[in-house]
Amino acid sequence: MARAVSRNAKIGWTIAAWSVALIIFFPILYTIITSLKTEQEAISGFNLIPSFSLSSYEAVQSQNNYWRPFSNSVVIAVGSTLLALIVAIPAAWAMAFSPTKRTKDILMWMLSTKMMPAVAVLVPIYLIFLRTGLMDTRTGLVIVLMLMNLPIVVWMLYTYFREIPGEILEAARMDGASLRDEILYVLTPMAVPGIASTLLLNIILAWNEAFWTIQLTTTNAAPLSAFIASFSSPQGLFWAKLSAASTMAIAPILILGWFSQKQLVRGLTFGAVK
Amino acid sequence: MGQITLEEVAKRFGEVEVIPPLDLTIEDGEFVVFVGPSGCGKSTLLRLIAGLEDVSGGRILIDGTDATDASPAKRGLAMVFQSYALYPHMSVRKNIAFPMRMAGLSKDEQDRRIEAAAKALNLTNYLDRRPGQLSGGQRQRVAIGRAIVREPSAFLFDEPLSNLDAALRVGMRLEISELHNRLKTTMIYVTHDQVEAMTMADKIVVLQAGRIEQVGSPLDLYLRPRNVFVAGFIGSPRMNLFSGPTAAEYGAETIGVRPEHIAISAEGGKWKGRIGVSEHLGSDSFFYVEETGLTETITVRSDGELGFRHGDTVWLTPNEERIHRFDKTGDRIA
Ligand SMILES: Nc1ncnc2c1ncn2[C@@H]1O[C@H](COP(=O)(O)OP(=O)(O)OP(=O)(O)O)[C@@H](O)[C@H]1O
Ligand SMILES: [Mg+2]
Repeated sequence: MARAVSRNAKIGWTIAAWSVALIIFFPILYTIITSLKTEQEAISGFNLIPSFSLSSYEAVQSQNNYWRPFSNSVVIAVGSTLLALIVAIPAAWAMAFSPTKRTKDILMWMLSTKMMPAVAVLVPIYLIFLRTGLMDTRTGLVIVLMLMNLPIVVWMLYTYFREIPGEILEAARMDGASLRDEILYVLTPMAVPGIASTLLLNIILAWNEAFWTIQLTTTNAAPLSAFIASFSSPQGLFWAKLSAASTMAIAPILILGWFSQKQLVRGLTFGAVK
Repeated sequence: MGQITLEEVAKRFGEVEVIPPLDLTIEDGEFVVFVGPSGCGKSTLLRLIAGLEDVSGGRILIDGTDATDASPAKRGLAMVFQSYALYPHMSVRKNIAFPMRMAGLSKDEQDRRIEAAAKALNLTNYLDRRPGQLSGGQRQRVAIGRAIVREPSAFLFDEPLSNLDAALRVGMRLEISELHNRLKTTMIYVTHDQVEAMTMADKIVVLQAGRIEQVGSPLDLYLRPRNVFVAGFIGSPRMNLFSGPTAAEYGAETIGVRPEHIAISAEGGKWKGRIGVSEHLGSDSFFYVEETGLTETITVRSDGELGFRHGDTVWLTPNEERIHRFDKTGDRIA
């Protein structure tokens, strides 16, 4: 079991792992550093030590109130995720425990919709939104993001559910559980780790979604991804301000990810390590 | 009550007919065992009765009412699975309470029945544990407890003991038999194990490729197997089967003699042979006699004191009154 690993190899791997992690994290780190610079510092070349000026944050906040897009982001990310779960749990139940000859095809077809560039359906969705008055509403974005992420949610849940022995669900049926009882009291509690990581991942995906949020909102329903975008072009290149806006936008999700990283990793590797 | 009647019940998976139309009646209070080789459809038949699979044809009556299309929950049957199928996220108490919770029983009544079941099954000290913290035998008892508390009209068991070690299996076998004596509820029990089938059953159903070969009491099947298949399947070690001139001598296509109905002697007898393997269990000895020129090996069972060794020349004599005769189609000749 315990393989003998030499001390040098350990040190070598540790350095390598930290280097890779740092390279991946560096853009985010540099964004945070830049956000703490003044605008002059930011454009004066590469510099890792900022002056810890909060002027950019003040400027961003006074120019464009942070809390509205923040609350939009929360509502849209959480709302679309919960809605997706409500639809996906029964769907994944059916595919995992009552498969037909076509189940695999349906799964593949669902996934294939994610291979299409979103812009390909922009016009029809844009027109639907215009006609139904969903443009620039939270409801509209919740629906669109739910639909966009549904294939991934169904896939993830399907993979977790397949790990659950069908006999346990049959036992529940024999014990007099209705379909609703079976899903509510037996399947869902057993799949909690899988459902939790699906939930977290989907919230992150929805939070960071930028294409639809930018296309389908202007002010009222604009979430943080649109908030960042609003700093990127109109006033020329204000790097420090843009960085401050970005930092404010990603901070909540970064914190969420940090606290739930165990759950996320365990959930994402559920099938692999078992 | 728990009378179960199958009328022309059939099951197909796609094109494959796993169970051709089949009739069977299980009387109220009976302990019925389904046996048969692996893949013969024992589990499928049990699952059809349970309602976990839909029939492809025929009717299932429970206490005279048509339950063919009823959901498992509505049939009033309880099932104990080979894998135990306990709810891993619930304590033992919650596991046992689950069917009562689904039935909407009062909390007091639930507690009363849980206490009674736990006492009967020696689970009182484990009620607050999770299934993961129990041994295999304890898990199986929880599964049985969960089945008992619903007071079903029949219990269905699918190889409930096959995951347990030999000693525990004997213990649980007795417990289930006692349970049946006490509750007098219909039980249908699927097993591979000869001993379980012979010792527990009021009635054994021998299946092959989804067809019923014979239904009868254990002794019935042992004494009067209806065909060659049942003759070879029931009894351990297997009955010795002979064909050709040996059988022709008795006016049959095939004859069978059980190992315990062959006398073995060093002096003389009907068939001559040489001892191959011998197994001495103390109470009995099994001799596998080769080079008889009749069949590959002849199995003989005799009392434990007999001391033949590998290579000894012996004489075998079948008990003429215990010879089973079968015709060309394999059916018993009366
Ligand atoms: N869901 C299914 N789809 C297709 N074929 C099936 C299905 N379930 C069972 N079968 C087939 O039906 C036949 C009977 O299976 P069943 O599980 O009833 O056998 P069994 O007698 O219980 O065997 P064992 O003693 O090994 O448990 C087998 O040939 C099996 O391959
Ligand atoms: Mg089986």
